[in-house]
Amino acid sequence: MNFEEHAAKALLKARGLPVPDGLVAESPEAAADAARALGGACVVKAQAPTGKRGKAGGIRFAGSPDEARAAAADIFGMTIGGHRIERLLVEEPVPIAAELYAAVLSDPASRGPVVLFSAMGGMDVEEMAAADPAAMRRIEVDIAAGLNAERAAAALEGLDLNGKAAAIAEFLTDLYESYRALDAELLEINPLALTEDGRIVCLDCKYTLDDSSVGRQAAVAEAGSPERMTALEAEAQAAGLKYIELDGSVGVLANGAGLTMTTMDAIARFGGRPANFLEIGGEAYTKAETALTILLKNPNIRSLLVNFCGAFARTDVMADGVVRAWQKLDPGIPVFFTIHGTGEDEAIALVERELGHRPFDLMDDAVKAAVGAAAGGAAQGAAA
Amino acid sequence: MILRRGHRILVQGVTGKQGTFWTQAMIDYGAAVVGGVNPRKAGTVHLGLPVFASAAEASGEAPFDVALMFIPPAMAKDAAFDACEAGAKLLVCLTEHIPAHDVMEMMAAARANGTRIVGPNTAGLVTPGETFAGILPAFNPRVFRPGGVGVISRSGSLGTLLSLVLTQNGYGQSAIYGVGGDPIIGTTTREALEILDADPKTEAAVICGEIGGSAEEDAAEYAAGMAKPVVAFVAGRASPPGKKMGHAGAIVSGGKGDYQSKRKALEAAGVAVADVPSDIPKLLSARLRAAA
Repeated sequence: MNFEEHAAKALLKARGLPVPDGLVAESPEAAADAARALGGACVVKAQAPTGKRGKAGGIRFAGSPDEARAAAADIFGMTIGGHRIERLLVEEPVPIAAELYAAVLSDPASRGPVVLFSAMGGMDVEEMAAADPAAMRRIEVDIAAGLNAERAAAALEGLDLNGKAAAIAEFLTDLYESYRALDAELLEINPLALTEDGRIVCLDCKYTLDDSSVGRQAAVAEAGSPERMTALEAEAQAAGLKYIELDGSVGVLANGAGLTMTTMDAIARFGGRPANFLEIGGEAYTKAETALTILLKNPNIRSLLVNFCGAFARTDVMADGVVRAWQKLDPGIPVFFTIHGTGEDEAIALVERELGHRPFDLMDDAVKAAVGAAAGGAAQGAAA
Repeated sequence: MILRRGHRILVQGVTGKQGTFWTQAMIDYGAAVVGGVNPRKAGTVHLGLPVFASAAEASGEAPFDVALMFIPPAMAKDAAFDACEAGAKLLVCLTEHIPAHDVMEMMAAARANGTRIVGPNTAGLVTPGETFAGILPAFNPRVFRPGGVGVISRSGSLGTLLSLVLTQNGYGQSAIYGVGGDPIIGTTTREALEILDADPKTEAAVICGEIGGSAEEDAAEYAAGMAKPVVAFVAGRASPPGKKMGHAGAIVSGGKGDYQSKRKALEAAGVAVADVPSDIPKLLSARLRAAA
């Protein structure tokens, strides 16, 4: 789960990390009021859970409330990274002496947290890495021991930090503690400013909350940006199902993420286009009826492919759900089955008995039939 | 390590619905299940197995090599600590949706105690004809059969499908290694490949990868130096970028972890990459002929 800058900064501020004073504005007039409250001069920043807002023209300096109003009027209505801008963060200007980079992330390679720091901030990490790979300092943290200031200071050795190395090391340990407390997948400060008067200030903040920690971080998650989804995707999520709407015509119902992606790949390989990703693997295998009911609401579907390869997910239980939904809804489109794995004998017998379809033995044959039917080929779902 | 029939297995969460179903299936298959754990049912007998309060308690009375976890996400970390500290050589963690910071703490405990973790979010391990630990239908001979092909998969359902395709085409399996669909896992695709490479019963390896992360690219580095043939299938070619495709680890973001980069890395390492799972047997047969 991602957070807009203002929400992330509020979380940092509550934890005692240094962020500029700022106010959220939802209209040009509110931006002018915010500028006035901050003393006139300010920075007006588009809020969206995405990077590159500066490059897109979404960050402007204003010398007065009038300029803030004008800047805000320009920024409202912009679309940045697919997000329509509906909120601004109006902040006090910070006298920047140097722009640095700091981040903490969960690293698959070392299977633990990694702290990154560079004295050259303000650009993309990729650009930084390309410009001077040695400039990026990397601290692999033992999560059981945590990060202390000595270890952080040692990692900063040899960098020119205007005599602020000790304070920055202290900041990195605070940032690490926040990463831990917030169950962050990523907590990135770019740029981290060294000010002309010797302060350290988080000028921007990118925070991603680990999706598996949303439950135990419920209060924090309330400030996060909900994932953008279609009405059907939201309905599926509420039912505990992972559904992604696509623009094709072959409906896909499979169990397990890998098998579902593979089914989509096979549809594409044989000339069709999948209408959705929808998997009922794992604990969701009892939800086939709900899943199919949602899937069939997509009006673009011309045929349905049911591909079960049961491991944990019992194919007899899933097939029973499909049969019940099918008999209830009678959707009038051809359906093609291929069923293997746990419970297959019962599942195949059920589908044959209740729907009169003989599941295909080979997945490719089922896929080709479903693709053909979606293109207007066969009207019948049953295998020959 | 490859799971062998003699490996003694302790099942954490043995008394739950899934724990019961799969533990019985493992026992029926011939797996050496020595006991179970449930603190609230310690001292009872379940499926003919002694139930202990903890893995630590079990280690005294029913020594084990492998701990298998049927434990909900919020309790997974403590169960893993218990298993690692009790001396498990291998911990198979089936649980999905464990908070990532807990996973990293589990990994640290495993390092400190010399335990290898497989998973989280794995379907487990099968050594056809010998034993299995997890939630794969090892007992279905139409899917799994003893043989010489090692299978590595990030996804249980896809690993099952590829094993089925191999079996349908006359290729049995030496081992099925479910590595798990999470971004942070204890045994990577590359490490599983190293294990299969060192296994004398494995003649060739099949990698079932998927989009997201760099597991396939890392494995390709190792595959480049292997004498045994390696064939791969990577799921997710038709998946849109920026979306988590069911697995926490299966996401293409900022151009990273996409299908083409994986395919390119694997092919550059001499790995044959299949467009669809059904292409695997013929690629495998060609590689095995060339290697002979």
